[in-house]
Amino acid sequence: MSLLRKLSPGRGSVIAVPYLWLTLFFLVPFLIVLKISFAEQDIAIPPFTALTEYADGYLNVKLNLSNFLYIFTDEFYFDTYLSSLKVALFTTIGCLLLGYPIAYAIARTDPARRNVLLMLVMLPFWTSFLLRVYAWMGILNETGLINSFLMSTGLIDEPLHLFHTDFSLYIVMLYAYLPFMILPLYSNLVKLDLRLLEAAADLGARPMKAFFTITLPLSKNGIIAGSMLVFIPAVGEFVIPELVGSSETLMIGKVLWNEFFDNNNWPMASAVAAVMALILIVPTALFHRFETRELEGKNHA
Amino acid sequence: MKDAVASAQLPAKEAGQQAYLKIAGVVKKFGDHTAVDHVDLEIHQHEIFALLGSSGCGKSTLLRMLAGMETPTAGKILLDGQDITRLAPYNRPINMMFQSYALFPHMSVEQNIAFGLKQDGLPKDEISARVSEMLELVQMKKYATRKPYQLSGGQQQRVALARSLAKRPKLLLLDEPLGALDKKLRQQTQLELVNTLEKVGVTCIMVTHDQEEAMTMATRIGIMSEGQLLQVGTPSQIYDYPNCRFTAEFIGETNLFGGAVAVDEADRVEIDAPELGGRISIGHGITGPKGMEVWASVRPEDIRVDIRPVEPGPNRARGKVREIAYLGSYSVYHVQLGSGKVVKAMVPANRWYEAGETEPTWDDEVWISWRDDMPVVLTA
Ligand SMILES: Nc1ncnc2c1ncn2[C@@H]1O[C@H](COP(=O)(O)OP(=O)(O)OP(=O)(O)O)[C@@H](O)[C@H]1O
Ligand SMILES: [Mg+2]
Repeated sequence: MSLLRKLSPGRGSVIAVPYLWLTLFFLVPFLIVLKISFAEQDIAIPPFTALTEYADGYLNVKLNLSNFLYIFTDEFYFDTYLSSLKVALFTTIGCLLLGYPIAYAIARTDPARRNVLLMLVMLPFWTSFLLRVYAWMGILNETGLINSFLMSTGLIDEPLHLFHTDFSLYIVMLYAYLPFMILPLYSNLVKLDLRLLEAAADLGARPMKAFFTITLPLSKNGIIAGSMLVFIPAVGEFVIPELVGSSETLMIGKVLWNEFFDNNNWPMASAVAAVMALILIVPTALFHRFETRELEGKNHA
Repeated sequence: MKDAVASAQLPAKEAGQQAYLKIAGVVKKFGDHTAVDHVDLEIHQHEIFALLGSSGCGKSTLLRMLAGMETPTAGKILLDGQDITRLAPYNRPINMMFQSYALFPHMSVEQNIAFGLKQDGLPKDEISARVSEMLELVQMKKYATRKPYQLSGGQQQRVALARSLAKRPKLLLLDEPLGALDKKLRQQTQLELVNTLEKVGVTCIMVTHDQEEAMTMATRIGIMSEGQLLQVGTPSQIYDYPNCRFTAEFIGETNLFGGAVAVDEADRVEIDAPELGGRISIGHGITGPKGMEVWASVRPEDIRVDIRPVEPGPNRARGKVREIAYLGSYSVYHVQLGSGKVVKAMVPANRWYEAGETEPTWDDEVWISWRDDMPVVLTA
């Protein structure tokens, strides 16, 4: 890698730390999952067969491709992946549209108040995630806050069906993932050199124009980072669709859960996970390649 | 009291020129801090005007009010007859070159220069014609497609200049245009910049705290201190006839002697200067009431140093050499007088050789003196 070669040996070892971490906690587990996905379900502990067998001087390698074949032929899986990607995409777009103005506003307030606002963004992390999801039940339920308020004002006679719908799913997804969008966007926007905006105004750009020609393009990296942080975990999200989503919404996390815990089919669950990982990693890696090429030699972030 | 002491020496303002930019009674307060304090200034068309002052004196604030980035607390700004005091920056026919250039990092050189033209909605071919004209002007044709981070400091400066000139502004503002360059490059760029500005014929106000830069580049200079405009004039007017101690000390080196007017006659004044240990006599027609507190400013290059005693009289004193700084064609002697005051005197390198004398050295006794047409009297 040209980047590694350019760096001095001392910095090389510092760079090695994240590589080591990723190898240990990402690559190795992924290879294990990949291995299991080629096995067969078995009634044993662990509940799958070994890939290799040694007998009579032969090393037999037995790769079971049926899990993958099944995934690629059964429409159910295709629909599920698509539906998961759709939910993740809409969640990401929603978080971006909502998070960008919030991050922008925080980055533009005076430094003393900035930290307070950032604390408020992070405050939800101080209570349990599950508890917060359950709190949404209390808000969106048939007997929840919104319905009882609307009923009491006489606007509606029957409670609205808000819970266990796509509406509640997106509300809670947005709520849960918003901080992951705001924080990287904030740290990008706060670094923006305000003189660039003054220069744009000086050259005749009205504030809106300056935003779209200067601020937005320069915050591209923040947008990418925030979108990745939201999109990738959102694809595999299990808890929120399970607890607040409609039963018809197919999510890959739910399928995984079923295969793993209900059917005790580890190889199938692993295959589902491996395909999902590939669906996420391949476009991300391609995108990253393209990005680094564009950023090559650039010394500003 | 007569106000004639300082102002009488100033040549009359060039008459007949109409003010192009008029700054009238402009005040800017940040909380209770007054950054710009009642500034009045008139700038003529095609002039290169330099605002000079020490750090924090309000130069940038004044410039930013002209650009529309700050709104004056009081006062008016008129450009070419139009009141622009409250006009938004994007509506002003004024462009600014920022101190650190503020080039858009995600745009190429061309795109940076075209940015302002696009805001005006000019047709595409006119924009590209104007961009290449500007690139030609600053000799950056070769670098048109580069991004700012791929340019050296000097090249960035030229792109910033091209960008601020592209819209043909009525007024160009330069905030420390060369502040980010190293000394050598700066001197070379000064002349280049003046040439470009004169070629374009743009009216221009620049801010600097480098007096050499101001003297080289500007047709007129305004000296600022603590938010006030102390003196305005051509470089030589300001150097030869400073109107206050601040200007005298700020522009070039000088020796100041405080004292009281002792003799006031038609053709001369004498000042009792305790720091000199004698009188200072000034021969050019100045008048001021007896006992009035004044300061005499004597430039180091106007002071003569002798190793032999000079005849007693005004404008002279005995002292000891405390320090000598050799600066090539001349040396600066730091001479400590009996009062403890240290006077700086500039001595040409061949001074001792031509007089057939040995050069004085540290702790030698010397006599300093100057002609009575040399000092400038300051009342403030
Ligand atoms: N936005 C602001 N809020 C509060 N005070 C300010 C602001 N801008 C400038 N000041 C103050 O006004 C004074 C003048 O500032 P200004 O930037 O005009 O100085 P300057 O002459 O350009 O100095 P320098 O040579 O260091 O750039 C300073 O005391 C500064 O602290
Ligand atoms: Mg400044």
